[in-house]
Amino acid sequence: MLLGKLTLDAIPFHEPIIMGALSGAGLFGLAIIAAITKFGKWGYLWKEWLTSVDHKKIGVMYIIVALVMLLRGFADALMMRTQLAMATGGAHGIFPPEHYDQIFTAHGVIMIIFMAMPFMTGLMNIVVPLQIGARDVAFPFLNSLSFWLLVAAAALVNISLGVGEFAKTGWVAYPPLSELAYSPGVGVDYYIWALQISGIGTTLTALNFLVTILKMRAPGMKLMQMPIFTWTCTWANVLIVSSFPILTGALAMLTLDRYLDFHFFTSEAGGNPMMYLNLFWAWGHPEVYILVLPAFGIFSEVISTFSGKRLFGHTSMIIASGVITVLGFMVWLHHFFTMGSGASVNAFFGIATMVISVPTGVKLFNWLFTIYRGRLRFTAPVLWTLGFMVTFSIGGMTGVLMAVPGADFMLHNSLFLIAHFHNTIIGGAVFGYLAGFVFWFPKAFGFKLDERLGKAAFWFWQTGFYFAFVPLYILGFMGMTRRLNHTDNPLWTPWLYAACIGAVLIAIGIGCQLLQIYVSVRNRKQLADVTGDPWNGHTLEWSTSSPPPFYNFAKVPHVHDIDAFTDMKEKGVAYEIPQQYAPIHMPQNTAAGVYIGGFTLVCGFALIWHIWWLAIVGLLGIIASMLGRAYDSNLDYYVQPDEVESIERERFEKMGIDFDRYDERETARPRPTKTLEQV
Amino acid sequence: MINSKHPRILRGLALGAAALLSGCQGGILDPKGQVAADEKSLIITATVLMLLVVVPVILMTLGFAWKYRASNKSATYDPKWSHSGKIEAVVWIIPIIIVSFLAVITWNSTHKLDPYRPLDSAVKPINVQVVSLDWKWLFIYPDLNIASVNQLVFPANTPVNFKITSDAAMNSFFIPQLGGQIYSMAGMQTKLHLIANEPGSYDGMSANYSGAGFSGMKFKATATATPAEFDAWVKQVRSGKPLDATSYAQLLNQSENNPVQHFSSVTPGLFYGVLNKYMAGHQTSMESGLSPIQLAALSKSLCKTPVVKE
Repeated sequence: MLLGKLTLDAIPFHEPIIMGALSGAGLFGLAIIAAITKFGKWGYLWKEWLTSVDHKKIGVMYIIVALVMLLRGFADALMMRTQLAMATGGAHGIFPPEHYDQIFTAHGVIMIIFMAMPFMTGLMNIVVPLQIGARDVAFPFLNSLSFWLLVAAAALVNISLGVGEFAKTGWVAYPPLSELAYSPGVGVDYYIWALQISGIGTTLTALNFLVTILKMRAPGMKLMQMPIFTWTCTWANVLIVSSFPILTGALAMLTLDRYLDFHFFTSEAGGNPMMYLNLFWAWGHPEVYILVLPAFGIFSEVISTFSGKRLFGHTSMIIASGVITVLGFMVWLHHFFTMGSGASVNAFFGIATMVISVPTGVKLFNWLFTIYRGRLRFTAPVLWTLGFMVTFSIGGMTGVLMAVPGADFMLHNSLFLIAHFHNTIIGGAVFGYLAGFVFWFPKAFGFKLDERLGKAAFWFWQTGFYFAFVPLYILGFMGMTRRLNHTDNPLWTPWLYAACIGAVLIAIGIGCQLLQIYVSVRNRKQLADVTGDPWNGHTLEWSTSSPPPFYNFAKVPHVHDIDAFTDMKEKGVAYEIPQQYAPIHMPQNTAAGVYIGGFTLVCGFALIWHIWWLAIVGLLGIIASMLGRAYDSNLDYYVQPDEVESIERERFEKMGIDFDRYDERETARPRPTKTLEQV
Repeated sequence: MINSKHPRILRGLALGAAALLSGCQGGILDPKGQVAADEKSLIITATVLMLLVVVPVILMTLGFAWKYRASNKSATYDPKWSHSGKIEAVVWIIPIIIVSFLAVITWNSTHKLDPYRPLDSAVKPINVQVVSLDWKWLFIYPDLNIASVNQLVFPANTPVNFKITSDAAMNSFFIPQLGGQIYSMAGMQTKLHLIANEPGSYDGMSANYSGAGFSGMKFKATATATPAEFDAWVKQVRSGKPLDATSYAQLLNQSENNPVQHFSSVTPGLFYGVLNKYMAGHQTSMESGLSPIQLAALSKSLCKTPVVKE
């Protein structure tokens, strides 16, 4: 067969909701393509963005993917809440299980793998090299490749909407349900290849950043002097490097089961489905710390910056994050106490889980004591942080509660569990990313985001969160379990309505954020950040212009303190203009990442549909692109001092600093810190 | 009761919290059996213990943020203050103390509430073998040689010993008002021990998603007020047809919102035959009362519907 399992039947013409969504997305895509063509921006897009190896641009692209997937994943959430609000008291709502089961699976996969992960990776890309005074990451091409692998994986998930189906197994895809015997369709194959491809990209990113952090710090920056966000990213990358290979392996075994009739996780022929549960959570539990640790770092930066104060207990924070990293690896079994392990095994994993609340509690106290004796400015990032501190305390508490096996037997698989992990992932990770988004937006784009809409977004999200998830906690107590398509208990109905209202409130919050971006772009002149230091920041990313020049730092800074930039401002050397600039070694852009990503998409799609010839074409394309890249000798170049000088001159003139004063003095110290604070 | 070991103040707070949530009819906060009651009080004790830290943290967050707001110039401002050995010691020690308490409670309660531990009772327990199917529950009463689908009946105040397996995807056997859940897994046997201390009819369900018909995989667990009522039900069940390889093959067909079914008799060792289907001949169950050859033959007869392949 030329097209494998793929026939016209795979396109759901009979599903009005899907076809509506597809045509909407198609029209929107066409509009974007038309606009790019009309303004003749294809060349610019290709040269400056798609083939870029600049960590800042890759970071921005990651966040764009994250925001697009947030909309997709949130649309799924709205559909689920609508379905459950309608399908009560014996009614069956708008989605039959066939469709609904795909929605909740896609929601979970998208939000974790294609929203939270790229958001986190994007912020890490933009910020970490700047924070450590590096000019790019250690392997800029690899960084681009990681991004394009993510895009290929995200594309597969979105293609599944219109061609075939997505998995109907829940985002964990437990066998034997995910085996051929129970899921003969292509849904699980879409799931497998999307996770596998993005997982490889994530592993490469983590390796890249670990090397960057260990080898490319500015001179003088000792490990314990690294900014806290960089530190929490370091820990998260350690977790990625050690846990993602487990996912890769588990998925590979599931692939063998489904494609080549192996029996790793099947019920029959000696397979052991429960081994998959162990492997999945040996990755899955560290994964939640991968998501939340960088968010902890963001909160630390935000609270310290806007309190105008050093972070309380920097060393303590680093150690606490490290303890979380190590313990995060030793608690996976708490996801299935109900499998029937013995009491001692369950108790061990339960207690190990609770111990994680100790370093987490320490972090909360350290944030509190950072605010203590500070001057807290209630900006949008601070609101997200305070909202997090309150909300996450509750989420942490319900988590520890479920770590008690005796309690978990009651709460497992209930809506209480759903409320708990949304409490920690939204109230922890997502609030953190949204705080980081507002906080570093001026650094990436050169202008601040509209403050009023930013605050409105926070309040809608925050109240929406409580409206959406407190009812789920209560429903969990009332005995409602997860992944139900319809219910018939009249006592549950009012709470299901309330949760639906909560989802609508969050939708308004997201609307505020989209509007905020639009309004801020329109008002970018008034919101411009010419100093590069809009918040009176502490760390090196604020020492360069906003947006930073492609080489980040004209002269690599010397670091003497944790708050390196505060230190420079206090010593009056923050805006030093060197007598002469040195040539800067920079990587060349390359299209290899785009090509490999594209061929990976082709290969993945072909494997899903069993179109073997196309899979071979895709694989050969990947190999050819890699070879092409390997034989490419045009890898790097030097930025000449006169180019650097003209870029720096422009920056300093915008700031009102006389660039040529260095002719008269050895070093110019044109603006002391105090005047800048007033900006 | 677990919280009886803890100070009176905790108990007082626990009762207050319980009162607040008492509107939750039919859920896990409305237990009708000893196991569920213990688990409920465990939930409340642990919650109250944690609230001792969580409430102050929330109040401190709001209080500190307000006191040290930028516009309050009368508050102390100390931008370089970032370390205090005393505070560090306290912020590490307080969570450690709370977690130590919780750890002790966890260790003890986990053993006490181990679902595999038979309940202490003078009454002779009833044995029920549970098989999760697509998408219904089969309950076999081996001592009475009867079986039912989506209906579980037993006398109140009598311990029920469940042995659970699956002949489908993984499910979770859950009667919230009587006690915690346990997974049902093909080729594996889990155990659960529950008791109803009040007669009544309680919701039972699969708590673990297992495919399209999962939402309808519900049953009523009825605790009869007297043994006589239970015997009457047994008599009623005996009027059904027998459960043998043929009728079992019909049960293997996928069905949604399956009505209650009764089976007058059950092929001996059927539960073990189901269990053995997935064991690839590696294990034979001593409990089944069958020889390995008999068991293998039984398992084979229960496999009539071949596993669906694309």
